[in-house]
Amino acid sequence: MTLEQGIFILASLLMLGSALAMVTARSMFVAALWMIGTFAGVAVLFILLNAGFLGIVQILIYIGAIAVLILFAIMLTPDVMGLKPGPRYTGQWPLAAVMASTLAAVIVLLLVRAGNDWHIADAAPNVTDFAVQLGEAFMTTYLLPFEVASGVLLVALIGALVIVRDE
Amino acid sequence: MLADFIETIVKILVVVVVLLTGFAYMTWFERRVIARLQVRIGPNRVGPEGLLQPLADGVKLFFKEDIIPAEADKALYLLAPMLAVVPSLLAAAVLPFGPDVTLFGRTIHLYIADINIALLYFLGLGSLGVYSVVLAGWASNNKYALLGGLRASAQMISYELAMGLSVLAVVMLTGSFSLVDIVEAQAGGRWFVLMQPLAFIIFVITMLAETKRAPFDLPEAEQELVAGFHTEYSGMKFALFYMGEYIGMIVISGVAVSLFLGGWQGPFAEQIPLLGVLYFFLKVAVFMFFFVWMRATLPRLRYDRLMQLGWKVLLPLSLANVVVTALAVVARDTGFFGLLG
Repeated sequence: MTLEQGIFILASLLMLGSALAMVTARSMFVAALWMIGTFAGVAVLFILLNAGFLGIVQILIYIGAIAVLILFAIMLTPDVMGLKPGPRYTGQWPLAAVMASTLAAVIVLLLVRAGNDWHIADAAPNVTDFAVQLGEAFMTTYLLPFEVASGVLLVALIGALVIVRDE
Repeated sequence: MLADFIETIVKILVVVVVLLTGFAYMTWFERRVIARLQVRIGPNRVGPEGLLQPLADGVKLFFKEDIIPAEADKALYLLAPMLAVVPSLLAAAVLPFGPDVTLFGRTIHLYIADINIALLYFLGLGSLGVYSVVLAGWASNNKYALLGGLRASAQMISYELAMGLSVLAVVMLTGSFSLVDIVEAQAGGRWFVLMQPLAFIIFVITMLAETKRAPFDLPEAEQELVAGFHTEYSGMKFALFYMGEYIGMIVISGVAVSLFLGGWQGPFAEQIPLLGVLYFFLKVAVFMFFFVWMRATLPRLRYDRLMQLGWKVLLPLSLANVVVTALAVVARDTGFFGLLG
């Protein structure tokens, strides 16, 4: 086993373990904290794939901003922060079971198809300045999707303002 | 290979020891300077000029009773102080604190790691700093602690944006995220504070807010919140929060010096490397004095004013600065000024 594989296995265990702990946690706050473990695992995977820039951005945006905002929202919602933990199952569990098994089936199918052809791919093979190439790609090839994404975020922002605002 | 490994380990040890000693003596420095500014004397009994005071404080804190509140979330309560120190220490890895040194025929770089995304790495670790405060506030199961934690997270998220954008202006000028490259781009006295005075001012204001120092110390405002997020902490855990805060101050000052004040650059620093290290520490020391000076001078901001300053003043200003810098860089690279002249 190479060092890369070892780190990959550790990161995967971190991700899967935190994900499991997250969905089984009964307190919303604790669930949000476990989700950070999953984010951290994803960051490790990015770095392992030679995409250090994406790894740091993952930490900066997902762990440093989005997760903090989620914690913040939970702490400001008295119903969720109440002393009694929420119910473990809601009425939606059959639907969730169907979705989860479909996803599991797809993954298993892919694994079977892959057969013995396993290797860690480079997300950024032989790229010395990953950040520069990424920036150029955003400003040229992928300009339209990039701008559309920022437009969507702006719409969400304004929508949130409209909902929150008192008449 | 082995030599490289040993070199890195030695450098890490030196940096950590310097940061920890710096933290201890920063507490002494702050108490003495604030005392002087308030026409008092300050701690001067333990050792000459009170120089052994940090040691005495450390020993005292070791022997303090370690209290965990009965209703606290124990795991998170233990985790929070660790999270206060670790990101600050890790961030020091990308600081260049001197020019290359030749020792026993080996060229030694005076930084631990030169990664090409050093500034992003620093900002990313800075954003992790919020967690120690949020978790401490939540796990203590104390309303003052929770309020302090909430305030801190809102404050740090708001000011992180302006800080990132002010840093971006420097990145655009050099075309690199690496602090080593940025310091080298400022050779010959072309400090970025001269080209980017607005970015420098914004960075200095946001660095006070990010380290939760006065006048942005609302998360631990003693008049209303007892001690804010660390109300329930005692002994070494309490000391760890202080350690995180002061090491954070030292590291962020180091980043500010590297970004805007030429890092280790100065007269004859290239010829005598030790002079470069000295310049770097002197510049950082100026910032440390500034931190203390601001604490003694400015009253605390009201909470809504703090948010207004962050979102309505600093963010638009730093955005405008980014746009203007971008235009200037494009004009420089396309030779626009050459056409005019």
